[in-house]
Amino acid sequence: MINQLGNYSLYIALLISIFVISKTSLSLRKSSITLSGNIFSLISVQSIMVIISFLTLIYAFVTSDFSNETVYNNSHTTKPLFYKISGTWGNHEGSLLLWLLVLTIFLFIFTVESKNLSQRYRTLTLFFQQIIIFGFLLFILFTSNPFSNLFPIPNEGTGLNPILQDPALAIHPPILYLGYVGTSIIFSSALAAIISGSINKSWASHIKKWVLVSWVFLSIGILLGSIWAYYELGWGGFWFWDPVENVSLMPWLCLTALLHTIFTLEKRDIFHSWAVILSITTFSLSMSGTFLVRSGILNSIHTFANDPSRGVFILCFLFILIFLSILIYFFYQKTIKENLTKPYLISKETAVLLNNLFMMFFLSVVLIGTVYPIFLEVINNEKISIGPPFYHKLLIPFLIPFLFFMAIGPNIKWINDKIGKINFTQVSIFIISIIVSYFFVKKYGVSYLLSLPLFILSIFLFFITIKDFFGKKVNISQKISHFGFSLLILSILLNGVLSKEFSSNMKVGDERKFLNKTIKFESIKVIKEQNYQSLIGEFNIKDENNSLSLKPELRIYDQPQTITSEADISSTIFSDNFLVFNVLKNDGFYNVRYQIKPFMIWIWISVILISFGGLISLKKKNV
Amino acid sequence: MYGKKVKLRILFISLLLISVALSIYLILKSLEENVVYFLSPTEIRNLVEIENKKIRVGGMVKNNSIVIDSENVNFIITDFKNEINVNYSGPVPNLFEEGKGVVAEGFLKDQSFLIAEKILAKHDENYMPPEVAESLKDK
Repeated sequence: MINQLGNYSLYIALLISIFVISKTSLSLRKSSITLSGNIFSLISVQSIMVIISFLTLIYAFVTSDFSNETVYNNSHTTKPLFYKISGTWGNHEGSLLLWLLVLTIFLFIFTVESKNLSQRYRTLTLFFQQIIIFGFLLFILFTSNPFSNLFPIPNEGTGLNPILQDPALAIHPPILYLGYVGTSIIFSSALAAIISGSINKSWASHIKKWVLVSWVFLSIGILLGSIWAYYELGWGGFWFWDPVENVSLMPWLCLTALLHTIFTLEKRDIFHSWAVILSITTFSLSMSGTFLVRSGILNSIHTFANDPSRGVFILCFLFILIFLSILIYFFYQKTIKENLTKPYLISKETAVLLNNLFMMFFLSVVLIGTVYPIFLEVINNEKISIGPPFYHKLLIPFLIPFLFFMAIGPNIKWINDKIGKINFTQVSIFIISIIVSYFFVKKYGVSYLLSLPLFILSIFLFFITIKDFFGKKVNISQKISHFGFSLLILSILLNGVLSKEFSSNMKVGDERKFLNKTIKFESIKVIKEQNYQSLIGEFNIKDENNSLSLKPELRIYDQPQTITSEADISSTIFSDNFLVFNVLKNDGFYNVRYQIKPFMIWIWISVILISFGGLISLKKKNV
Repeated sequence: MYGKKVKLRILFISLLLISVALSIYLILKSLEENVVYFLSPTEIRNLVEIENKKIRVGGMVKNNSIVIDSENVNFIITDFKNEINVNYSGPVPNLFEEGKGVVAEGFLKDQSFLIAEKILAKHDENYMPPEVAESLKDK
């Protein structure tokens, strides 16, 4: 009964969507249409309907209502309450409903916060956003309805994949989706602005907020996914260039480029068309991200829901949207009033342009690496995978000049600057970086050709971004984000170079030597938890002066029957000690993996700093 | 002949084209070198020559084939037509079990022996890598 409530409210939302689209489409031609109060209240009703249906689904999960097929497939009565709730979006149907929920709520927020802007622009944004909402509603209702009934009603559900029963992964999808869906507003408003001929400074300062919001959420969403992969997948890495990760990185790269472009557009009134193109691309990438992850096309190490038939719908919808936006772009392109004053070669404008060029290159590498295997399989049925070496080889050589420009770019003035005034501090910092990296590379015997310049420039950028804090007190948000980024690159580098790894098959009581440490497998104990059995291993790691005890865990779930391992990580500000173990057959051997990961915690902190910079910038100017 | 403006523009466009062409060339070349092909034990059996290139082999872990000592894990991957011996030392994923799907990445020593560097298994007990499912389909 209550199950159907969710279903009906989605149908009401669909009707509203059709009505609003037909009403607002008038404004495509007529330029003098006003957004009546009617439409505004309809949008509120629509959001409320979607909220109701989402709450209904949560309710069905919490009460374990197995007459609902989605609940039956993804839940179980013994699951802790927290994971019953997070199970709502831990599956295909629920996650799409979450997308829709964010879509409608964001549209609602947009209509409220854009009150002072031109009516035509608002109406058109509403129109495009409703088209997206309409598409998602159709998709949910007719191909993946979360409220399908099951009869006879089963007594017990099949359970949520235990690997997803984790706090970081429970909040990862909502945060990531806030980022993804935020780009839909950027997309709609860019199209609206191009039709109403208002791609200008004031559009930039308005849409900037949405760009920042999406960018911050996307960054944090990616961070959460990485942290989860780090301790849950048991490989001790945080980024695997896995297709599922790549599809979240691509919109991020594009959004980062857009962020810089929008700032420039706001300040200098240039890059109009480019900003529109980036807005369209970012949203297309977010949509394809959802499509690729949810369709089962990606052969990834961590895809979960697989159903190719559904993919076709998103694919068609995606093509219609992209086609529509390209059409609009070319049709209305003449309304864009480009500012034809050419920027000087040495100016901040050029620096932003360079940033964008690099971002586009990084984006194309990731895109090709992700999509190429799919194409190859379709074309000649060859199955391949593309691993980290591909990305490293292509990204690192370009990362070096990128870091250099990032260090000097922000200090160049707008409009026109002189190359002559090479700064004495910058040169001395550069020399210091060379010396530091030379000794570092020599000491640790890093043998990679490009490692020396890479170290020099990341240390250079690091020092420069620190130095910038002592300069003029302007643009503090940018300084924090840029400092965060330099910290990120530096920690990833140090982490990559200094990590040590050891693995062995051990029985209880065994001892192994590794570097100057002794690893002892002391004991194992079994504990019964709510919905799983826990095997806790006790390991002791000893060197001359320290002894560290680590207790990794193996969880044996019965619903569905799966084993997951929880690494035990002891973090200090310098280094992480990471230990994970696995059961191997039933003859007493356990597969043990011990890793020393220096500066791991700084990778997380730096991403938080990057996002924090974005947050500050959002608060600073409430235009 | 041409004005300074036009010359500059031509220079700019040609530079842009060259850099685009260069990056595409780099990407494609690097693709060629770093692609890992996926093969089934039967396909390996039918190989004409063994290249010194990293490959992935997928199939099921044969029953009673896992042999473990303190450093190594040895097992057999089968697609129920042909088999391949795998030697591996390193961390093993949770769902690596006899009778379950597995993908091993490494170098071929000969047509019946793989030295693996990495073992992948999925996080889902019913999951089978699509490659495995397909190579098992025509059983």
